[in-house]
Amino acid sequence: MNTLGLAFAEAWSMIGRADSMLVDIVALSLRVSLSAVAVATLLALPFGAALAVARFPGRQALVVVVNALLGLPAVVVGLAIYLLLSRAGPLGAFGILFTPSAMVVAQAVLVFPLIAALARQAVADAWREYAEQFASLGAGPVTSSLALLHDLRFSLVTIVLAAFGRAIAEVGAVMIVGGNIDGVTRVMTTAIALETSKGDLPLALGLGIVLLGIVLVLNIGAHLLKERAQRHHG
Amino acid sequence: MAERETPLLPLALERVGFAAGGRAILADIDLVIEAGPRTVILGPNGAGKSVLMRICHGLLAPSEGTVRWAHPEKPGGPRRQAMVFQRPVLLRRSVLGNLTFALAVAGVRGHEREGRALAALDRVGLASFADRPARVLSGGEQQRLALARAWMLEPEVLFLDEPTANLDPGATREIESIVQSIHVSGTKIVMITHNLGQAQRLGDEVLFVDRGRIAERAPVERFFRNPATAEADAFLKGELPWH
Repeated sequence: MNTLGLAFAEAWSMIGRADSMLVDIVALSLRVSLSAVAVATLLALPFGAALAVARFPGRQALVVVVNALLGLPAVVVGLAIYLLLSRAGPLGAFGILFTPSAMVVAQAVLVFPLIAALARQAVADAWREYAEQFASLGAGPVTSSLALLHDLRFSLVTIVLAAFGRAIAEVGAVMIVGGNIDGVTRVMTTAIALETSKGDLPLALGLGIVLLGIVLVLNIGAHLLKERAQRHHG
Repeated sequence: MAERETPLLPLALERVGFAAGGRAILADIDLVIEAGPRTVILGPNGAGKSVLMRICHGLLAPSEGTVRWAHPEKPGGPRRQAMVFQRPVLLRRSVLGNLTFALAVAGVRGHEREGRALAALDRVGLASFADRPARVLSGGEQQRLALARAWMLEPEVLFLDEPTANLDPGATREIESIVQSIHVSGTKIVMITHNLGQAQRLGDEVLFVDRGRIAERAPVERFFRNPATAEADAFLKGELPWH
């Protein structure tokens, strides 16, 4: 068997026997990205909804900025967070650079615009449709917002899944602020980059397969959710 | 509907104007809408009918003039008027859920909601649809649900903005018969329509709106037989080219 074939066989075997190094890296990846998306969701959903419904000066400019940040390069986020958290930086006193916490911060910042921009779009579209009916029924702002969020529940879950997909698959931000320290801040993407350059293909491939699997499952989940919502709720 | 001590109607519009983007859509509207006769609003596209209705219902604030109800609704209190739109706006929940939501907004207590909602569905022939998702109903069924939602709240006035514009003749007949029942139950009907047959079937008086003004107001029968203004005459001839 050639080298590639052997590497694949070893990669599958690592997955099959739940190799402890592989499992640790996957677990840290999930922990970091889930935390980051949870934090970003809590902040970005209300922010995006407010951006859709509230009227205040500078709103349009803010919408443009948030939309532009959708394409934020992960390495730039990493660099910015690195500067903020570095010893000489304004947030250096927290001392979290090169820890998983710094990686959570970086990924949260990375996906915040994604969640905010997509949530704003979804809420704005729905609001255009519902605003008059809610006003006609006499529903106040709180009741209207809650009903709107309930109606958009499937879209919002899809948005959060997309954000998680982006977080878990990015490499630039976690590499810079985490430092890819073995056993401490090494996640799937940074490990793949390192092991590939070292020539340790089985671990890189094994992690790559797991990462692909996670992304695939997420997308299947999002798709099924959308289908179900369409069928049941129109 | 029970007699009310503090009726909403009559509704008085005084010198009402509305402009959007520098363009005048309504100007100098003086209008009193009384309880009782079914009012049908007719007029060409773009005449300002929908804007007029939205100003009456409080969805738009007039740029000029005043809108006064005899005994206005309390701000933040339950609404005593309702509106049904051309395209029904329904929530992504069950048919019943759409009605109980509206009842909750109106301040109806939890244990009363389901019974009232089911009764309302029964009146529009949707009783067997209670558990279906509202958004997958047909256009006619959705509009009947929208009417049930409005009727259930026992409004003193019901505004309808072309409720049958997108419906086939069968569904249109069903909607018309429900509107008639709502009228009989004591609710004032104010309806925009482009269907002149419908205006004659459902209207008592016509409010003819043309280029942002009320060009003519007349009993239905007189309006169609002998319109007083050249604009109304041209409108009727245009809409009924075989006359």
